[in-house]
Amino acid sequence: MTVQKLPIAKAINESLRKAMETDPKVLVMGEDVGKLGGVFRVTDGLQKDFGEGRVIDTPLAESGIVGTAIGLALRGYRPVVEIQFDGFVFPAYDQIVTQLAKMHARALGKIKLPVVVRIPYGGGIGAVEHHSESPEALFAHVPGLKVVSPSNASDAYWMMQQAIQSDDPVIYFEPKRRYWDKGEVDTEAIPGPLHKARTVVEGSDLTLVAYGPMVKVCAEAAAAAAEEGKSIEVVDLRSMSPIDFDAVQASVEKTGRLVVVHEAPVFYGAGAEIAARISERSFYHLEAPVLRVGGYHAPYPPARLEEEYLPGLDRVLDAVDRSLAY
Amino acid sequence: MTVESTAARKPRRSSKRTGSSAGKAVADPQLVQLLTPEGQRVEHPDYDVDLTPEELRGLYRDMVLTRRFDAEATALQRQGELGLWASLLGQEAAQIGSGRALRDDDYVFPTYREHGVAWCRGVDPTNLLGMFRGVNHGGWDPNSNNFHLYTIVIGSQTLHATGYAMGVAKDGADSAVIAYFGDGASSQGDVAESFTFSAVYNAPVVFFCQNNQWAISEPTEKQTRVPLYQRAQGYGFPGVRVDGNDVLACLAVTRSALERARRGEGPTLVEAFTYRMGAHTTSDDPTKYRADEEREAWEAKDPILRLKTYLANEGHADEAFFASLEEESETLGKRVREAVRAMPDPDRMAIFENIYADGHALVDEERAQFAAYQASFADGEGK
Ligand SMILES: Cc1ncc(C[n+]2csc(CCOP(=O)(O)OP(=O)(O)O)c2C)c(N)n1
Repeated sequence: MTVQKLPIAKAINESLRKAMETDPKVLVMGEDVGKLGGVFRVTDGLQKDFGEGRVIDTPLAESGIVGTAIGLALRGYRPVVEIQFDGFVFPAYDQIVTQLAKMHARALGKIKLPVVVRIPYGGGIGAVEHHSESPEALFAHVPGLKVVSPSNASDAYWMMQQAIQSDDPVIYFEPKRRYWDKGEVDTEAIPGPLHKARTVVEGSDLTLVAYGPMVKVCAEAAAAAAEEGKSIEVVDLRSMSPIDFDAVQASVEKTGRLVVVHEAPVFYGAGAEIAARISERSFYHLEAPVLRVGGYHAPYPPARLEEEYLPGLDRVLDAVDRSLAY
Repeated sequence: MTVESTAARKPRRSSKRTGSSAGKAVADPQLVQLLTPEGQRVEHPDYDVDLTPEELRGLYRDMVLTRRFDAEATALQRQGELGLWASLLGQEAAQIGSGRALRDDDYVFPTYREHGVAWCRGVDPTNLLGMFRGVNHGGWDPNSNNFHLYTIVIGSQTLHATGYAMGVAKDGADSAVIAYFGDGASSQGDVAESFTFSAVYNAPVVFFCQNNQWAISEPTEKQTRVPLYQRAQGYGFPGVRVDGNDVLACLAVTRSALERARRGEGPTLVEAFTYRMGAHTTSDDPTKYRADEEREAWEAKDPILRLKTYLANEGHADEAFFASLEEESETLGKRVREAVRAMPDPDRMAIFENIYADGHALVDEERAQFAAYQASFADGEGK
């Protein structure tokens, strides 16, 4: 049996395990990743099986984690580092942006930086400050980094394999509120390319584009809209840098309408980039302006308000209606 | 509340020690201790306190009430009233001892676990619970008690404390600043940078590290290979390790470090050697990484028990005192429980409040859109 039903967290765990078995150069590093198996148990059991030399509990220092991962990569290792929560990546942001992203270019392509930075991100788990943010645009904006986010267990598994195999730095955003969502994983499948978008639901009236945690909400919105006779297509971007604009374009040219959905603030977010590109590419196919649904220009609110802040079914459907009204 | 009883008092680090109990033993000079786990007064060559029985009872009361508050919060989390709680169980002496060493005009920069220090500052304990309930990100005005907001990003506040202290020095004031952080935090670049800045600018700041032996699942050995207090030496200021379960020693050492800061002699690192008896937070499961025997060994060093033994043995407190404190604890627990249950969810529009001091056009626009959207549901026109 190569097909298993796994929660996303476990799919990533299995993927890390396979990568470590296949390639002795793969290392796992981060705070609490060893004995505890990470605060979300994504690295559960790995230290027991691969030892402290390969599953490394690091000092509590994010700049140190990424900075030393860069050095290890320069020495031929393939570190997969865990940042415990989205809001704690910023002490490492300097290393990621000023060093990790640029070193390959500065060395005239002579050195490779196969570092994967895993970041559980996004809201919806009722957490305190700094535990619910969606900073992906801050990374996608930086040339030299690749940025991906799976939305289901199979992608979680395969995209991790591909991220580790990539010779480029990959920021791997894990939708933490979906960690416990189960899905089928075929560990012997032949996966599609890492940066290719995927159509989740076929439709003809409007395209919803999302990634990570919002894919599920968009699929639900499409199902709800279908009951009202609207045919919504849902595209899971999977990768935020690069973006598979061809796939988005093809879908939009079929439906004539586009709504982009993400948890991150709309202002300067991924939706802005997609709206601009699709307006350029598909101007004459659009029946309505590209709309965006996302977070507000406000700090992620306290837990008791997060349902108001996070785009839910209602807000997505509202945008669908507004688009269809043009 | 008698929170002022010792807070307002001038530091009294007497050069000639005047302890009452005869034949005091001398403790390990590397670990400042004035009260043994058995509740015996001991001497240290450099530090002492000279407290009245009333003051001693005050410290005991602070610790008991802080523990009661903490236990109530843990229970409230279990009952679903709080989303999370970071317990200080076992760290009462470190927090009350250092907190009671402060003067009103001193400024505190805490982590997220300094409930006992907040108590010493006169912050209403129910204010601490808003962020753990998820109704706000802070819950108090830092300037009303000179107690800054809790900081979740590890180590950040040590730099804020240092900058604040630099400002105090520029102003020519004689107050001092204290920054709390954990043993895990000592690995952060920000903490190293705060050591550098405070030393270079001779800032009147005390770094108070509560080494509770763990940073979630990682023991202190995963952060450092030398005792933490020795770090200070490399930056050019003194470091001292104090028995963090000994409230008297924590008081004496912190007072001395604050006085040094006030005299313009710069920073001190205090490492309070203590133990986190509970889980890291209510989300954590220490059975995954920690042996029960370890906890049991530390339970024998309980900070509250040892002071109780001392108070009782010296005749500084009687049954009536302990009984009335018990009653007071229950009243506090009840007050906290009721306050949390009555804590309303924030108004939705709070999402858009206090983002900018001067306002921002985009926020105004989004606030209006949000209000209109919410109103559409109220009108029954929403989906
Ligand atoms: C920059 C940053 N990284 C990671 C975390 C997650 N985290 C919260 S508390 C903690 C352990 C802190 O240990 P320590 O500094 O010893 O303080 P303690 O909680 O034990 O008092 C970690 C890793 C964080 N809050 N901030």
